[in-house]
Amino acid sequence: MKLMKNFLLVLLLAMTPAWAGDSVAPRLDIGKGGQCVEDPKLMRRNHMDILRHQRDETMRSGVRGSRHSLAGCVDCHASSRNNSVLGGSENFCQGCHTYAGVRIDCFECHSSKRKTVAEAGK
Amino acid sequence: MSAINPERRKFLGKTSAVFAGLVIAPGVLLYDFAHGRAAGEAASGRVRWGMLVDTGQCASDCNDCVSACNKENGLSGGTSATDSQWIRKVELKDLRSGRTTSLPVMCQHCEHPPCADVCPTGASFRRADGIVLVDKHRCIGCRYCMMACPYKARSFVHEPLTDQNPDVPRGKGTVESCTLCVHRVDRGEQPACVEACAKAGRRAILFGDIADPESEISKRIRAVASAQIRADLMLNPGIRYEGM
Ligand code: HEC
Ligand code: HEC
Ligand code: HEC
Repeated sequence: MKLMKNFLLVLLLAMTPAWAGDSVAPRLDIGKGGQCVEDPKLMRRNHMDILRHQRDETMRSGVRGSRHSLAGCVDCHASSRNNSVLGGSENFCQGCHTYAGVRIDCFECHSSKRKTVAEAGK
Repeated sequence: MSAINPERRKFLGKTSAVFAGLVIAPGVLLYDFAHGRAAGEAASGRVRWGMLVDTGQCASDCNDCVSACNKENGLSGGTSATDSQWIRKVELKDLRSGRTTSLPVMCQHCEHPPCADVCPTGASFRRADGIVLVDKHRCIGCRYCMMACPYKARSFVHEPLTDQNPDVPRGKGTVESCTLCVHRVDRGEQPACVEACAKAGRRAILFGDIADPESEISKRIRAVASAQIRADLMLNPGIRYEGM
């Protein structure tokens, strides 16, 4: 088991530069900028687990104001062009997921737009 | 309401016990309502959110609570069978006297919610502070809860939605109902309907912590006669009605 873990770790580490230097890797509009809530390397691999954990914390226990909030991701990562994390191959969540062949349903309910703007538009 | 209600007796017993506990430690404020919870803090089981509706102040031609709810939560405002309605205005008429009463009916936030009992996935649940919610991440849209609810308080989303309020995610294929505006309450604000009712100059809805004997709502519940809808079911709803 431990051997397996080490093997996977090595494999993952080996993949990092490959991704970073990949010329066909998606060019993403990071959005507002600043600093991500965790190390971007960690986020790249673990954002789904972080979000799932946060989802239960907020929904079931009522924990608010966490930096791992999904609304928070959207607030930072929404593109300056259309204020959304969805829309095209440059939009943050959609761009990478299309590239990686991932489909998520989160934005069937959650707003994909930056909160402040979405509210100002009302 | 002439039969003895054992739940109410238990409730009175508990309330006085809590009150006695408070005398032992006077001046200890367990919860600061005006500021909401601190970031990272979970909802507390020492709190129970509830409402007291004064039907005497509620007018049959006023729909402000419903409109405010629709706006806050992004509901269309339609009233057909397939539209989501989180609050409905209900008119009661006493046939003998002809007296009519108007009141808003929403999720009654039961202590023993039948919706949660029948839910096969644990999506319907009661939060520690008494708010009954649908965890839409777990909801499979079976709608058992809608059938189990004696107040007909729940709706099912039939069509895909767009442009939801960022604070209120909603989507096709899941059940929903009044959340007591949980996103506002967690910030220390009042539910949208309560605010709108006050703005309309009626103040028919009082919101607060019914587990805190010193809260305005608890004092009022002690002072005036109020009732729960279908108290005979012994679900102990957190919403009470005055003058019904
Ligand atoms: C304060 C703004 C901010 C918030 C909030 C934020 N991020 Fe980031 N995130 C960034 C920035 C800036 C980068 C780019 C960092 C870099 O490349 O050095 C980034 C990078 C990332 C990356 C890696 C992107 C890549 O191209 O490899 C992922 C994945 C990510 N964020 C996901 C999330 C998720 C999920 C959340 C919510 C839990 C979130 N971020 C919240 C600012 C933020
Ligand atoms: C069927 C509707 C629906 C879908 C689909 C959905 N959510 Fe949610 N989500 C909600 C509701 C409702 C809340 C509670 C909002 C509140 O009380 O603030 C919520 C809250 C959250 C929260 C806490 C609030 C925040 O912004 O941080 C997170 C995190 C979250 N969801 C993550 C996800 C993720 C990740 C997905 C996709 C895998 C997802 N949700 C899909 C309805 C949905
Ligand atoms: C740098 C690329 C990248 C970015 C940017 C990115 N994701 Fe992902 N995401 C992935 C990959 C790759 C997976 C699939 C991982 C797997 O299947 O193990 C994934 C999976 C997920 C999953 C789990 C899906 C499932 O079915 O289990 C969620 C939820 C998710 N991402 C949410 C988001 C959100 C929200 C954003 C935008 C704030 C985002 N992601 C941005 C690469 C990215």
